[in-house]
Amino acid sequence: MWVLTNMPRLKKRPPEGARVARRGAVTRYRAWVRHHRASAADSLLKILDHPVSSMLTWLVVGIAMALPVSLMLSLNNLRGLEGNVADEASLSLFLAESVDTAGARALAQTLSERDDVAGVRYHSRDRALEEFRQQSGFADIIDGLGSNPLPHLLLVTPRDREAVAASEALAAALSGLPAVAEVVVDSVWLRRLQGLLAVGQRIVLTLALLLSMGVVLILGNTIRLAIENRREEIRVVRLVGGSNAFVRRPFLYTGLWYGVGGGVAAAMLTGLGIWSLAGPVSALAAAYNAEWRLSGLGVVGSCQLVLAGGVLGLIGAWLAVSRHLRAIEPA
Amino acid sequence: MISFERVSKRYDNGHDALREVSFDVNRDELVFLTGHSGAGKSTLLRLIMLMEQPTRGRVVVNGNDLSRIGRRGVPAHRRGIGVVFQNHRLLFDRPVFDNVALPLTIAGYDDREVGRRVRAALDKVGLLDHERAMPVTLSGGEQQRVGIARAVVGRPPVLLADEPTGNLDPALSAEIMQLFADFARVGLTVLIASHDLSLISRLRHRIVTLREGRLVGTH
Repeated sequence: MWVLTNMPRLKKRPPEGARVARRGAVTRYRAWVRHHRASAADSLLKILDHPVSSMLTWLVVGIAMALPVSLMLSLNNLRGLEGNVADEASLSLFLAESVDTAGARALAQTLSERDDVAGVRYHSRDRALEEFRQQSGFADIIDGLGSNPLPHLLLVTPRDREAVAASEALAAALSGLPAVAEVVVDSVWLRRLQGLLAVGQRIVLTLALLLSMGVVLILGNTIRLAIENRREEIRVVRLVGGSNAFVRRPFLYTGLWYGVGGGVAAAMLTGLGIWSLAGPVSALAAAYNAEWRLSGLGVVGSCQLVLAGGVLGLIGAWLAVSRHLRAIEPA
Repeated sequence: MISFERVSKRYDNGHDALREVSFDVNRDELVFLTGHSGAGKSTLLRLIMLMEQPTRGRVVVNGNDLSRIGRRGVPAHRRGIGVVFQNHRLLFDRPVFDNVALPLTIAGYDDREVGRRVRAALDKVGLLDHERAMPVTLSGGEQQRVGIARAVVGRPPVLLADEPTGNLDPALSAEIMQLFADFARVGLTVLIASHDLSLISRLRHRIVTLREGRLVGTH
């Protein structure tokens, strides 16, 4: 009989259960690392074993993440546009008629030395008339005028371009000068744009929050199904002495991989959207004679997106695991 | 090694599974636990495994009073006990080797040590050349031997078996029981629940009999 032929190999020896428990911290740390590595690899392989359903999960997560991200990108691009506009949103100082060229130049010099002024451009009344003559097509009428009706113009760029309030305060200060006839601040629509951007930002934030919760729930459900599928395995592992952490680990990695894959899908989808918009947008910018390009996520942004996906996946897995694993007691 | 002191277990539905049960199993000893189904054999094993707590009394295994082991201590306690189930409870999605290696993976052995010990265990149960086979391709007796290899691979001081020959023919059953006797001879404490009286009465080991939760005989 096979048992008897194998018997000589058996020798009397002390039981080893106690010895295993007494092993050192280094050994236990190595075992911990080993199981992490094994869990990570196993759960990745299990995911790749079902490429179609895994791909679908990644896509769902990717779409849910790409939506707020691309909205946020649009907002950022608009904000860049606002920055461009703010460049031109200088104050227009129309000087009094009594101020001559030398006086205008002197005033420009004085203003440019102010702390809250970034720059001053002097636009002489003669040049303004010349431009007007060329561009308006009223050359004959203008020539018929005895004198130049246009005032000297100073274009003042405030130091703090972003803040509408600051440029309005500057405008108020400058309108008090005796040489200044009128100050025009074209800030109303700028303020509206800023308001719209703020609202948009809040919407994106809310959407991002909602969709993140959606991703967490989706992945939590996926992990719940994975747990259901491995119910018997979990029971057996518990019976032969697997700790909760041991049982939990592969599922946490599964959640991590689904989340990371979803993040990659989101980055790719966002990149695709930027790429498809780039052509029309540059054509539009060209029509406005503007040097303006769409900015995408970039490498850092994409990495952050993948990281965020991983974190969401971990959270979802953690929720599913803490809810459902406890229910599976060895029977 | 295993000691029951006036242990009672009453379930929530009022059923008394065990009443005032006291007995000891010494080291190197093989004890059969017998009785009709429902007599309390499984409950007794479940108490040793800490799958349940007794209502009254004290269970001591390997020197540890089980009532002192908290929730977090349960896995370590179970790592000191090998269990063989009637329905084997193998994992059918992985080969024999991985099934047997499971307790060692849990205990955190490195790959080389795992390979060495798994092969030693498979050698003991005569399945060394089946390590890459999937469990579903094995016969019932072979599956049970894989289950036994898994139970002893971590070299636990205590080995439990719940109806290990329940689905096997008499010749195979005798082989399996002989295997358990060999483990007892090399230092394990073995407790086997079985209702196959004709088989176990031939084996000349102590038999503990339960009837309706009471210990009615030990000889």
